[in-house]
Amino acid sequence: MASLFEYAPAPESRSVVDIAPSYGLFIDGEFTDAADGKVFKTVSPSSEEVLAEVAQAGAADVDRAVKAARKAFEKWSALPGSERAKYLFRIARIIQERSRELAVLETLDNGKPIKETRDADLPLVAAHFFYYAGWADKLDHAGYGANPRPLGVAGQVIPWNFPLLMLAWKIAPALATGNTVVLKPAETTPLSALFFADICRQAGLPKGVVNIVPGYGDAGAELVAHPDVNKVAFTGSTAVGKAIARQVAGSGKKVTLELGGKGANIVFDDAPIDQAVEGIVGGIFFNQGQVCCAGSRLLVQESIHDELLDSLKRRLSTLRLGDPLDKNTDIGAINSAEQLARITALAETGEAEGAERWSPACELPSAGYWFAPTLFTNVTQAHTVARDEIFGPVLSVLTFRTPDEAVAKANNSQYGLSAGIWTEKGSRILAVANKLRAGVVWANTFNKFDPTSPFGGYKESGFGREGGRHGLEAYLDV
Amino acid sequence: MSESSTRLNVFKTYKLYVGGKFPRSESGRVYEVTDPKGKWLANAPLSSRKDARDAVVAARKAFGGWSGATAYNRGQVLYRVAEMLEGRREQFVREVAEAEGLSKSKAGAVVDAAIDRWVWYAGWTDKIGQVVGGANPVAGPFFNLSTPEPTGVVAVVAPQESSFLGLVSVIAPVIATGNTAVVIASEKAPLPALSLGEVLATSDLPGGVVNILSGKASEMGPHLAAHMDVNAIDLAGADAALAQELEIAAADNLKRVLRPQPVDDWAADPGTRRMTAFLETKTVWHPTGSLGASGSSY
Amino acid sequence: MPTTLTAFADVTTSDSALRRFLHGLPGVDAVGLEARAAALGTRSIKTTAKAYAIDLAISMIDLTTLEGADTPGKVRALAAKAVHPDPTDRTTPMTAAVCVYPDMVATAKAALGGADVKVASVATAFPAGRAALPVKLADTRDAVAAGADEIDMVIDRGAFLAGRYLETYELIKAVKEACVRPDGTSARLKVIFETGELSTYDNIRRASWIGMLAGADFIKTSTGKVGVNATPANTLLMLEAVRDFKAQTGIQVGVKPAGGIRTTKDAIKFLVLVNETVGEDWLTNEWFRFGASSLLNDLLMQRQKLSTGRYSGPDYVTVD
Repeated sequence: MASLFEYAPAPESRSVVDIAPSYGLFIDGEFTDAADGKVFKTVSPSSEEVLAEVAQAGAADVDRAVKAARKAFEKWSALPGSERAKYLFRIARIIQERSRELAVLETLDNGKPIKETRDADLPLVAAHFFYYAGWADKLDHAGYGANPRPLGVAGQVIPWNFPLLMLAWKIAPALATGNTVVLKPAETTPLSALFFADICRQAGLPKGVVNIVPGYGDAGAELVAHPDVNKVAFTGSTAVGKAIARQVAGSGKKVTLELGGKGANIVFDDAPIDQAVEGIVGGIFFNQGQVCCAGSRLLVQESIHDELLDSLKRRLSTLRLGDPLDKNTDIGAINSAEQLARITALAETGEAEGAERWSPACELPSAGYWFAPTLFTNVTQAHTVARDEIFGPVLSVLTFRTPDEAVAKANNSQYGLSAGIWTEKGSRILAVANKLRAGVVWANTFNKFDPTSPFGGYKESGFGREGGRHGLEAYLDV
Repeated sequence: MSESSTRLNVFKTYKLYVGGKFPRSESGRVYEVTDPKGKWLANAPLSSRKDARDAVVAARKAFGGWSGATAYNRGQVLYRVAEMLEGRREQFVREVAEAEGLSKSKAGAVVDAAIDRWVWYAGWTDKIGQVVGGANPVAGPFFNLSTPEPTGVVAVVAPQESSFLGLVSVIAPVIATGNTAVVIASEKAPLPALSLGEVLATSDLPGGVVNILSGKASEMGPHLAAHMDVNAIDLAGADAALAQELEIAAADNLKRVLRPQPVDDWAADPGTRRMTAFLETKTVWHPTGSLGASGSSY
Repeated sequence: MPTTLTAFADVTTSDSALRRFLHGLPGVDAVGLEARAAALGTRSIKTTAKAYAIDLAISMIDLTTLEGADTPGKVRALAAKAVHPDPTDRTTPMTAAVCVYPDMVATAKAALGGADVKVASVATAFPAGRAALPVKLADTRDAVAAGADEIDMVIDRGAFLAGRYLETYELIKAVKEACVRPDGTSARLKVIFETGELSTYDNIRRASWIGMLAGADFIKTSTGKVGVNATPANTLLMLEAVRDFKAQTGIQVGVKPAGGIRTTKDAIKFLVLVNETVGEDWLTNEWFRFGASSLLNDLLMQRQKLSTGRYSGPDYVTVD
């Protein structure tokens, strides 16, 4: 039904970003072709339009990048912390200056709504660099002993769900502590990292301190395995995380892994219900649910199940899916055909296993990769959709009767990254938070991030923390 | 005591310490333990993978209670271990001297250091949370607190050479913070470790918090490293090849791995590293709102 | 869908029953509520939607003058503005009402003539509400007798904050009865909570339910006479209350944010709140109003901008 008050399209202008037809690898301060001349195309997931052709790193390129980083390490690590800090402050400022350009770029390459890149990703990216810039000359006071030393060359592999934010989470602490970096962005979202390379040049960052090698999984594996890499940082799937953990065994390389999750969002019968509904929606539909800490399992107290589901469905019906560049879009495109296929298959499994599927009336654009917001009710712990990370806009709804049962179900997972608690009773929040085996617990809120707040998982969600004082440890020889 | 004494010594049957009890190996196997010069000391249980499995079950069962105990209580228990050891100092001096081929006085210094190490970690239980946790000043109307929490069940390959001080130095930090432990004692010098079980059993330490196995790290280690209900592994006593093998197996459920590090002197200040290696950081957020700033605000 | 309050009959039988009911309503998390209101505030309204929204907003205004210095002349000017907000453009919609003190109702009524603009009168010892019940009821009856189409009453915030919920409920009920005209028709009743004085969101939700149970036709944020008046957050909360009330009783209640809404941008944000929280059933001046005065000129300037393509200025709208 067309509303009396149908919002007209409000697209953010594409003209703020100038995407070149092709991009090279960024090694030793220069953009360069791949040694074997290979390139790959990056497309806009909302339209399947080819955005650019990007040089595809292979083993020789990774080796060249690691050598450049090694060469740069000696001087970079010897710089006074206060000088490293100033480079990072410069980078933070340039990101702020160019934030609209980067937000539009990220939305084009990733498919997520401009509302998110503009109001969440980019402010957090700049804040992360500001935060770690301030640490660079204060490491003696960080609680890791006097004069803690950097590790050397950090090999970093990041995912496509928050391309620039994950880059910031990796590069900012690495540089602040005096390491140099070779970073491989995901093959579906290489552009913002390459724009970041340009920002490094604008900031006058010494050559070789940051190297960007776009490519596929093989390039990531080469980087992780490279004998002259001292530190491996990976964000991505648990399967790849395990492979990395095996690969680095015995090598002495320090490793941090930020992997999958199946976050439980627990709603008690005395919850602030309207805010809980917002938290549930934000928890699973933010970034189309392609978030490792998504609240993908809703655990709702049986006594309010029907009432909450009514509210939730009513709210989902107001979500606006479509052009990610439209400022009013709530749900953008799925990042790739491959991811869409995975989400589709898991949702079909959910139906086949007898869970009840529901989506609001929602027209999907004809081009691009789209998946309607989806709820599964009548889900039990035994359903695949309650156990496997779907990494898409799919919420599984389960019920519980008592706080003990809620905790037991929440913890009954191989993962342990995030959880949510909704109740007006303070002691219950503290008791439940205490029992949850999850690295981040949001009480009466969800999906909040801050550079000062350590983030990372228990169990198979990985190890190590990013953010805050804790995040320094991953890049120091301590 | 002269050789011609008419009274025959009573030998001790060394047994494992699992779930607060002192079982023999389910395999019925033992192996000969000698001093460094080859003199027979005792037969120690040669634990099997099933003993290791049982120890994990015991450690998991104990985890809820031990991790849920107050830090003050854990400190009291660890201090009690020191008290009990002090009372059995002479026994441990003898066992350490025999196990490591040390003089009485050197063995005495080792045992003293081990007792003091329990005291040191007893004092850490209610301080580590403040040192490594705290409030995070997030840019928004939220109270945000990070606290360290125990990882869970930790498998420990105890140091091979330092059979007692090294052993205590790897067990105490694991349990001080609320983890529970499955320990593979030094293969060639397991007797001080097995005797430590007797001390732990009388120190108010709940059964299952520490489980001590004697035998081959190369036999039990791979099973513990691959065990999906073990959360972390300390490879202190593994040689390079075994450490690599175990680290690879540990990736099956992404165990936290503390790799072997060269230790010149187990008596030196151990720092906090061995504790933080088996701590998770949990960060809890809650909205704060404000009082009256916007008229209607909370 | 039921359209009856019978399910809630027990709730208002005693002070303790009412307290139990009100304190059993879901709590409100302030940060989450404000974040939701702010998020809706980032909706970008363009072109045709904006033109629609501006005209809708104009038609929802209770054009208000509530000054000690009000005179018949001032009220007549206001009435003229309500009928012809933009004398240069007769397609401009009329405002919903003019809102005046009770002694100005007759003047306003006469000035409006037959125009389809309502006369709303504040009553019940507005704005403080500190008077005896008979005085408040007489105040209301006077205004109704003088021709008021709508009554904007204030609750006794003192009684509410002291926990005398039933007294608050009964005051509203009594005023509602005083709105009845001799011919049996009734002035529509708007109940002002003075949210700035209630201070907490939980209180605002409870007050909203008291008002709705007592028969309010509208619930209204503020008098405009205190430091904090209508905000997106307190209006969102009241919209949630009327949404839930309709879901449970079938009875629709209007919402009127008042005070502090001065710009077109602000007004459109409120309309977005309405659109996304309760939907188009409320997107009419029968169910949503703005209590405002200076807002109208900003809407008119924006309206001129849309029709001419040029930015307008204060000399091109009337000063009253």
